[in-house]
This record gives sequence, C-alpha cells and structure tokens, in this order.
Amino acid sequence: MTKILIIAEHDGSSMNPSTAKCVTCASGIDGATIDVLVLAADAGAVAAEAAKLNGVSRVVTIERDENAQPVAAILAPQIVAAAADYTHVFGPSTTFGKDVMPRVAALLGVNQVSDIMAVNGSHTFHRPIYAGSAVVTVQAPAGAKLVATVRTASYQSAANDGSAAIEALTVDAEIPTHTRFVGVEVSESDRPDLQTAAKVVSGGRALASEENFDLVYALADKIGAAVGATRAAVDAGYIASETQVGQTGKIIAPELYIAVGISGAIQHLTGIKDAGTIVAINKDEEAPIFEVADIGLVGDLFTVLPELTENL
Amino acid sequence: MEKILVGLKRVVDYNVRVRVKSDGSGVETAGVKMSINPFDEIALEEALQIKERGDASEVIVLSIGTSESQQQLRTGLAMGADRAILVTTDDELDPLTRARIFLEVINREQPGLVVLGKQAIDEDNSQTGQMLAAIWGRPQATFASEVKLDGDTATVTREVDAGLETIEIDLPAVVTADLRLNEPRYVKLPDIMKAKKKPLEELPLSDLAIEGAPAISSTAYEPPAVREKGIMVEDVPALIGALKDKGLA
Repeated sequence: MTKILIIAEHDGSSMNPSTAKCVTCASGIDGATIDVLVLAADAGAVAAEAAKLNGVSRVVTIERDENAQPVAAILAPQIVAAAADYTHVFGPSTTFGKDVMPRVAALLGVNQVSDIMAVNGSHTFHRPIYAGSAVVTVQAPAGAKLVATVRTASYQSAANDGSAAIEALTVDAEIPTHTRFVGVEVSESDRPDLQTAAKVVSGGRALASEENFDLVYALADKIGAAVGATRAAVDAGYIASETQVGQTGKIIAPELYIAVGISGAIQHLTGIKDAGTIVAINKDEEAPIFEVADIGLVGDLFTVLPELTENL
Repeated sequence: MEKILVGLKRVVDYNVRVRVKSDGSGVETAGVKMSINPFDEIALEEALQIKERGDASEVIVLSIGTSESQQQLRTGLAMGADRAILVTTDDELDPLTRARIFLEVINREQPGLVVLGKQAIDEDNSQTGQMLAAIWGRPQATFASEVKLDGDTATVTREVDAGLETIEIDLPAVVTADLRLNEPRYVKLPDIMKAKKKPLEELPLSDLAIEGAPAISSTAYEPPAVREKGIMVEDVPALIGALKDKGLA
C-alpha cells in the first residue's frame, strides 16, 4: 500500500505551484494515497489551498512559530516524525525542496531520488543526469522509505476541485536553534513568476550589458512574459541570479520561450527542454540553439528586438 | 578556526558532451577529460580566501574514489590547500554513504567549517552536503553566494528561487557553494611543482568501518528525447506570422 506525504512549499500565505505539480507526479503511482503536509506558523490559508488539489486525501498541518520561515534544519525533524506512517515522502525540486528533502532522507537513513521526471512504478522512476544529457531509470529499495524530489517542469499542476479534510498534527521532534533565519531579499517585479509563466523571454551574454537587457524587458512586458537569463549573463552582472535558467538554475516549461542572444549550451538547454515552443534569435547561424528551436531567426538582436516588440 | 574541510569530486569535465553508451549500460567516460566538479572548485576557493584572511589555519581537501582522484586532489593542493585525503574505493558510492565517509573524516579532523559544492555535475543529485549536515547534527547553508564569518557563527547569503535569503548559523557547519560565491583562481606552474611535495594521505574505505546505505540502483540509461528541428524565418514579420500560426501571437 503506497502512502505518499507531499511537503507543501509556500511563503506563509499562499501555496507555491510546485506543490500541485508534486501531486500530479504522485498521482502517477497506481493506488497511492496522497496527503499534503503544511509546516507553517499559521497554516490556515495554505492548508485550504492544498485541500482543493485533486487527488489529495488529507491535509496535515504542523503549526509552530519556528515554522514561519522554511529553515531546513528546523523542518526536517518534524517531517521525519510526520512521515512515520508513510511509504513515500515527496517534495519539489525547487531550492526549497532541494534544501530540506536530502536532510529528511539522511535522518531516515535512506538516499533520495532527485528530480523525478517520470514514474514507472512505486519505486521506479526516470531522472535526468549530466545536465539532461542522459535519462536514467532508477530503482529504489522496496523495503525502505522512499524520499524524492519532483522535477516540476515535467508535470502539470493538479486540478483544483477537490475537498480534502484538514487535520492539525502535533509531533514530538527536537527543534534545533543552531540555524536562524535573518531575511530574504525578493526582487520586486510586476512581471510573471519565471517558474510558472506561460511566456518567457530570456537573454544571453550577447546582450553585452545591464542596460541592453532593457530590450528584453520591453519585449517581455509587451507580451506579458517573465524574464530569464543564461548563466553567462548572470555571471557578467547583467541581471539578478534568480533569473538563471538551466542545470544549476531554474528548470522551466513555458508555452513560449524566446531565447535572445543565447548560444544554447547543453547546461542551458536542459532548463527549457519541456518548453512548448522555442524561438531563437541569434546572429550566429551555427549557434546550437537553432538545433532545438521551433522557430529560428538569424539576425542582430539590437535591431530584431525593438522591431519585434513594436509589432507583436 | 583551525581547519576547513573541502570536498573535491572527480567528474567528467564541464565542456565534455556526455553520451549514453550504445548498450544503455551507462554513459561513456572512457578517455574523457576529467576535472574537479566546478562547484567544488568554488568551495575550495572560498576556504582558501577564509584562510588568507586569517580566519583559518589549514585547508584540507578530501576526495572519495579510485586512485585517479589523486589528480584532482593535486590540483586542489596546487590551488593552495595544505593537505589532501583520498578515501579509496573502486565502488560507485551513493550520496548518503559519501556523507558518512565525510562524517568519519570530520570526527578525525574536527574542522570548524566544511565547504562542498552545491551539486556535482555528473549525477546532479544535490544531496551530499545536506545529508552530511543532517547526520552530523549541524547547520546547513546550501547554495551560498556569500559567507561572512564572525567568531563562532557565520552569516550566509543563499541563492533561493525567490531571491537572496540570509541565515545565521552556529559553527561548525556545512556550507554548499553556488556559482556566485567567488571566482576560483587559476593554478600557476610553480604551484603545481610545490603541490607534489604536499601530503596526500590514502585511506582505504575498507579500513573506515562505514555502514553502507540502501542504494538506489540505476538500471538503464537512455539519451534524452530529441526536439525536432523547427523552421528558420527570414525576418521579423515572418517570425510574427509563424507565432500567429501557433496561436502564440
């Protein structure tokens, strides 16, 4: 009997869409019962959202003041205690899940299946390695608890017409004081969130300066898109680090991805391989991005972008 | 603090285009260029800068693998690490077993700080640092882009999806390095010569009494699904037309 506990990601007031994608992944395991765990100072609003997710049987909350912020060392022992009656514990492969889930796995004495991209059975999954250059089938031991993170770009969000019961839980877990949350600096932006946006415009090193990225912002704002970037553009200081798309940044699956001045290194491409339509604009016709682009345009971005922004 | 421990993993070089073997039994690594995992290089650079600021007296690099990992440890020594430890094994180890080996070395060396890469670019697991912190019962500061030491604590800036998060941790602790933490130095030839004289201790894994973790087995490898090559358009009006055909404009 497969019983899956999904660790909800949230900001204290609303649920991150990554949680609904974990539910879809878990639903791919035949006969699984799916519960969602919300750790928060005040779980009410997030729990109510989680209870609506299709496929969820029960939402469990653990409310403590220490859970006001997602500190892995504080959450992990509580998750371990809450997971006692479950066969599987899933979290999203976002920076939240990547931080806390391996800590949970280690406390349980098991390894973790990272970045599930397909379910082949209750203990058999596909996951990408080498920046997506290979897909490996992994088999986790059946006798042990299974801890995994879900590659959210591989899944659609679960629908919102469920009505699961919500239950408060108190667990006996020792909460460490050695790790203290200080603050988080969130880039203020009216643009859509990069990880969930339907459209993304992304810039590479060829933008050549922070100021020139205004061309990318202008196009993004015209079509209501989020803004992304390559590692090279971030390293060069043209744009903030949370916009990085790829192996070591965000893995995204928008309907439309417009790659501007991006050559198409494998480390970047692994972050966009699930995009619906990829448009590439690059002056180098040999750029590898054209091998994966659905629509390619060889041209100078400094003339193409303004023209595109004006006429779209 | 006295010591900083840094992990260096030998991986297929960042620039190598990795291919799946035709029989699906693994990826082709024979004759392929091997290097230090890039995030581990950043971890080592951070440790060296901490030592150069006078906040640590010794940087130890640790690798786990076959004797071939000596190459990467020698490179680490040439960058400036003081000594190296290689836990030798011919087996492919899982992250939890690796974390247990790190903990055994920690128990022997008592470092004030452990710095690892945030992930290795071969298996892309991003697990070992978090697992080590868990079984050690100490703080973890993953995906670090800035580390400020202040006596028995450190303030670490972390690259998270929402932006930049700051946490304060008590030492000792595990920090995992993200890309923007620093730019690793280049190794100079005289340093390579000097590194040959630095101590490199080999410890057979069988001497360490490490309990193996239940392994997740890899049963088959395949190349990723290939995206069909699309169309090329001549100009912006044609591009907009193609987007309209797809209902995207």
